[in-house]
Amino acid sequence: MENENNAGEPESTGASRRAFLKQSSALAAFALTPPAAVHAVERGLDEKVAVAFEQQPLRVEINGVAQQLSVEPRVTLLDLLREQLNLTGTKKGCDHGQCGACTVHVDGQRVNSCLTLALTTEGSKVTTIEGLGSVDKLHPMQEAFIKHDGFQCGYCTPGQIMSAVACINEGHANSPDEVREYMSGNICRCGAYANIVEAIMEVKSKGGRI
Amino acid sequence: MNPFQFTRANTTQAAVSAVSKETGAYFLAGGTNLIDLVKREVIIPERLVDINRLPLATIEETASGIRIGAMAKNSAVADHPLIKKHFPLLSMALNAGASAQLRNMATVGGNMMQRTRCPYFYDHSMPCNKRSPVQSGPFKGQLNGPAGCGAIGGVNRMHAIFGTSEKCIAVHPSDMCIALAALDATVNVTGPKGNRSIPFAEFHRLPGDAPQKDNTLLPGELILSVDVPKNEMSKYSHYLKVRDRASYAFALVSVGVAADMKGKTIQDIRLAMGGVAHKPWRLAEAEVYLKGKEATLENFKQAATLAMQGAKGYGENDFKLTLAPNAIIEALQIATQTV
Repeated sequence: MENENNAGEPESTGASRRAFLKQSSALAAFALTPPAAVHAVERGLDEKVAVAFEQQPLRVEINGVAQQLSVEPRVTLLDLLREQLNLTGTKKGCDHGQCGACTVHVDGQRVNSCLTLALTTEGSKVTTIEGLGSVDKLHPMQEAFIKHDGFQCGYCTPGQIMSAVACINEGHANSPDEVREYMSGNICRCGAYANIVEAIMEVKSKGGRI
Repeated sequence: MNPFQFTRANTTQAAVSAVSKETGAYFLAGGTNLIDLVKREVIIPERLVDINRLPLATIEETASGIRIGAMAKNSAVADHPLIKKHFPLLSMALNAGASAQLRNMATVGGNMMQRTRCPYFYDHSMPCNKRSPVQSGPFKGQLNGPAGCGAIGGVNRMHAIFGTSEKCIAVHPSDMCIALAALDATVNVTGPKGNRSIPFAEFHRLPGDAPQKDNTLLPGELILSVDVPKNEMSKYSHYLKVRDRASYAFALVSVGVAADMKGKTIQDIRLAMGGVAHKPWRLAEAEVYLKGKEATLENFKQAATLAMQGAKGYGENDFKLTLAPNAIIEALQIATQTV
């Protein structure tokens, strides 16, 4: 079967991971001496086999690079980026869609990657903070955050910047009040809000999509 | 997260079939609430059926109104020219909810299906009648936490003052649904037994003896679209949301108003409240009272008094008995431009 796993058609992976775990554990208990079985469990061997067993293919473009991946259904876009692709610029704050630290763009729209299952991004273009600018050539929003001191500890900053870029491109940065409203999904516990608003207003004042 | 199976549906029939044939299968739309519930193990699914590829995101004009596809994103609906023109109340309510990121993910159908944010519902160590037993899989039959209602006699500042039962005093958290209830929307669904339409007021339900049921959908039914009939009330609309911070917080109390005015006379009016009940709370008696009357503070006060009949506080939320009528009056003043 291709990447599409059509509902209503026979499943390519029939047995569930838990069924597999039960079977493999029973086999291990039967075939191995108890200490060896304990070692196998300690090393998470059957867990690793089960994970491989349940992975599904995912084609997604991340920061301009086409990726062909294998992903477990329960993996969020955030965990895929950080754990599998080593793109640790996107931060895990609350992991429940409340803080905005994980904000990335999917097909140009800002979303919370912690509440996005990676498999739902099939065929999409994802942009993270790593894809926005480079060390040699910062994105105008990154420059503005530095100029206006839009952070202290910096943990929320990648999410703030991804959100800020989208805020302008959506047309929701026409006044400081509007920026505050449309940036409310990004929490900054250091309280750099005033400077963040200044940074966004400056980039906005230069006009155009960014 | 617990592991689950994942299926991508390409047709509504396939989606309905996949969810109908397996207990523990759920439709996955924007996921902003469902994935959170799965992470917190309030829901332990066997399978998620991804419906994001279904062609259900259209917003279009019909003979009698506007049809909004169930998969239209909250942000797309809020910013759509047809919605802004005909139903500014819906636009305002949508923009009052969640954050810009979440509105880019959340769908109209998913917004209607979201669960309460009652803290006892989310906490396994606390009693909750709404967090129903696990239906299938290796955790089948487990209570998923003790039964009972922790909020009655507990921390209930956010909770309901209307339509409660001794089993549950949770509120429905949606802002969008308050506007859709006020605007007399209709919900079009499909399911194993075919298509049907549900008046918005009958979509969500009161807790009664079955607080685990938020709505009147039958097993396997999928929301296709919402029809909002045109009216003459776009000019005099307001959504007033009172909350603990200026943005990105659930309502303590919210009021949706849409009125048709001729001079100072209210020709027709729709009123609904959020943050006060297990479903969007339509203020029918206040509407009847205001129809044909002048838009005056006295009349608004009387309407608010009528609306508050039967309200009951549970301790920490007693302040809503004062806040709600004040919010009704203020929303009416703003909507009718008589502040």
